[in-house]
Amino acid sequence: MSKCEQDMPTEQKVKFYQTGTFTVGNRLLDEEFRTVQATQERSNSIDSGHRACQGCGQALGARYALDAAMRATDNHIIAANATGCLEVFTTPYPETAWSIPWIHSLFGNAAAVVSGIAARLKAEGDTQTRVVAQGGDGGTTDIGLGCLSGMFDRNDDVLYICYDNGGYMNTGVQRSSATPGGARTATTMPVGEHPGSSFNTGKFLPSIAMAHEIPYVATASVHDLHDLERKVEKAMSFRGSRYIHINVPCPLGWGSEPALTIKLARMGVECGLVPLFEAESGELTASTKIRYQIPVEDYLKLQRRFSHVLKPANSDELEAIRALAQKNIRRFNLR
Amino acid sequence: MLHQISGSIAVAKAIALCRPQVIPCYPITPQTHIVEHLSTLVKSGQLQNCAYENVDSEFSSMSFCIGASAAGARTYTATASQGLLYMMEAVYNASGLALPIVMTLGNRSIGAPINIWNDHSDAMSARDAGWIQLFVESNQQAVDVHIQAFKLAEALSLPVMVNMDGFILTHAITRVDMPDQQQVDEFLPPFVPRQQLDTAAPLSIGAMVGPDAFTEVRYLAHHKQKEALSIIEQQAEEFAEIFGRDSGGLVKSYDAEEAELVIVTMGSVVGTLQELVAELRAQGQSVGILSLRSFRPFPALAICRLLQNAKQLIVFEKSFAVGMGGILASEVHMAVQSHKLQIHSVIGGLGGRTISKKSLHRMIEQAFNGTLAAEVFLDLDEATVEAELQRQQDDQTSGPAAENILRDMGVVSASKTH
Ligand SMILES: Cc1ncc(C[n+]2csc(CCOP(=O)(O)OP(=O)(O)O)c2C)c(N)n1
Ligand code: SF4
Ligand SMILES: [Mg+2]
Repeated sequence: MSKCEQDMPTEQKVKFYQTGTFTVGNRLLDEEFRTVQATQERSNSIDSGHRACQGCGQALGARYALDAAMRATDNHIIAANATGCLEVFTTPYPETAWSIPWIHSLFGNAAAVVSGIAARLKAEGDTQTRVVAQGGDGGTTDIGLGCLSGMFDRNDDVLYICYDNGGYMNTGVQRSSATPGGARTATTMPVGEHPGSSFNTGKFLPSIAMAHEIPYVATASVHDLHDLERKVEKAMSFRGSRYIHINVPCPLGWGSEPALTIKLARMGVECGLVPLFEAESGELTASTKIRYQIPVEDYLKLQRRFSHVLKPANSDELEAIRALAQKNIRRFNLR
Repeated sequence: MLHQISGSIAVAKAIALCRPQVIPCYPITPQTHIVEHLSTLVKSGQLQNCAYENVDSEFSSMSFCIGASAAGARTYTATASQGLLYMMEAVYNASGLALPIVMTLGNRSIGAPINIWNDHSDAMSARDAGWIQLFVESNQQAVDVHIQAFKLAEALSLPVMVNMDGFILTHAITRVDMPDQQQVDEFLPPFVPRQQLDTAAPLSIGAMVGPDAFTEVRYLAHHKQKEALSIIEQQAEEFAEIFGRDSGGLVKSYDAEEAELVIVTMGSVVGTLQELVAELRAQGQSVGILSLRSFRPFPALAICRLLQNAKQLIVFEKSFAVGMGGILASEVHMAVQSHKLQIHSVIGGLGGRTISKKSLHRMIEQAFNGTLAAEVFLDLDEATVEAELQRQQDDQTSGPAAENILRDMGVVSASKTH
């Protein structure tokens, strides 16, 4: 028995974490309902020791998503990664945080690489091994969109996961087409007539994915990891193309406290800016209701990227953000 | 068995004999017929255990190959020209990741101006991409070299590009001796990947490499290409034993060893040159041809050896580096720098311009009588070029040069009234 095991208490004290929220602590649940992370059988697809920033939402989201996919497939996952934070912080040569077969090729081609892997599995008649592609919002909504749309079109048997932190973080926080309106980035500074990223631009990829009528589309957030795992496992129950868009706070790019990552993720959902829903073959099938809607300002004020928006001179920007939250609520049936 | 078929169909049949498992494709002239025919072979069940996919772009196509090859599949695709440029980032990536993908390039020029006809600009654009680049002179060689390409790629774990001249070969219907499956199986064993994405033995492929190891990783790629020099020769011999034909190898000499004037070139123009040179030799002229069948790795030593007795070289190529000159010419120059040789760089056949026997003959005569310049653009219409230069000098807003030139030449579709 190792030292570590000897020291392990036989009984763990129940810790009520996330107090003040409506989330149930993992350890209060029956075992079958607990997250994969709470089980000893978790695969640790992404192992510790990687170089993500403190409080990185993407590291958390990827870990939960991949381990859930592993559980759903009896540990038969091959993963691909677009260039971006996740790729860089997990594989500083010669180290790798990946304990599953993993490939990184380029920034814009993860969907096509993974389709190629799926094609090989198909040619071999291997129905057990499944593939997951991962990209940041830049790698997904911008440079990789062509490959992704092609993959959707062919309905290749792939789960594609986008970790949306609202910008090109790996290259120093530039605007992507998923950067929210008003947000400050290195290429949309809070200067000039319309400070921050412009409004009425950008793309909401889950809707684009739905327009391809692929079997399953879902959005998720790292504050509700049960929901995230459930969606990943559900995605693995389909064949064909599946898409999950995970909102992942980024302390560095958002100018937020690392300790607030989970809270921010939750607030994004509760204010209406991050809609959580599922869709099958292009039709909305479920949405997570907002129980107590919080004002968007509460969410914005914890992020320096929006600090200018809260100044009285920029009330138009704030109004536009509020309007987006209301639109999401109507559009995705969030109340 | 002998067939009278187009180069593209012959290549598609040869690919099928190699039992590829994954073929993504994207149409572009002049390679399209190859992938079209492969699609039929897969769909009709003649080529089994093969996933064929129409993808959304060449960039996807090569990326698809990368995934498939990394997952352990024998993988093939084809492209040309703009398609190669569109996939270029993935082309470099495939070789950087050391994936033994085989790709046909139906050689075609690169725009603008857009032009679908043959030259070698596309192949040259990938000359530093880390792929093995082989050239073929005929459709028989196209068939044979593709079969060798898989074996070579897999032996080295490096991607191989087989260059065949667009239209001149891809669309030409000629007699081709198609190998049978048994022969191909004997020559080409099943693919054993050097690295493979496998859930039973997980590994990470494509990690970030910093300054501490990048030089070594890149040097290794160079080293492997050098290893290829001997493997290509060995495999050509092995191929000859099984199939009874000389095809492939690094270089092919047509009386180059004893000739005073040697024309160094690649691809289908060797056919035209062979005919001409045979006639000239019959008339007692000391002229030979050195055909490069492998461009990457560059067979510098083999070239050097075969040019021991040469006094003059004409490096004839269907592409050039704008602002520098002949690409092949400068590489040959480097290879033979220890010989005291006069080297002429002749650029011809650009964008499909016919390379006539007459023009080639004149070129050779000029070389013999000392009037061939160091750099020549074969059959260049100098008056047209002068006229356009003058126009640009006279008028700051003279408009697009390509259209002006077409109008000068009286090409109807370019006329202003249309
Ligand atoms: C073709 C190409 N263009 C640009 C880059 C530079 N680049 C690398 S990662 C990256 C940003 C990634 O942003 P995103 O996909 O959102 O992932 P994040 O880092 O935010 O997780 C960029 C621009 C590249 N590697 N390749
Ligand atoms: S920059 Fe953001 S996404 Fe990247 S590692 Fe840091 S916190 Fe994570
Ligand atoms: Mg991002």
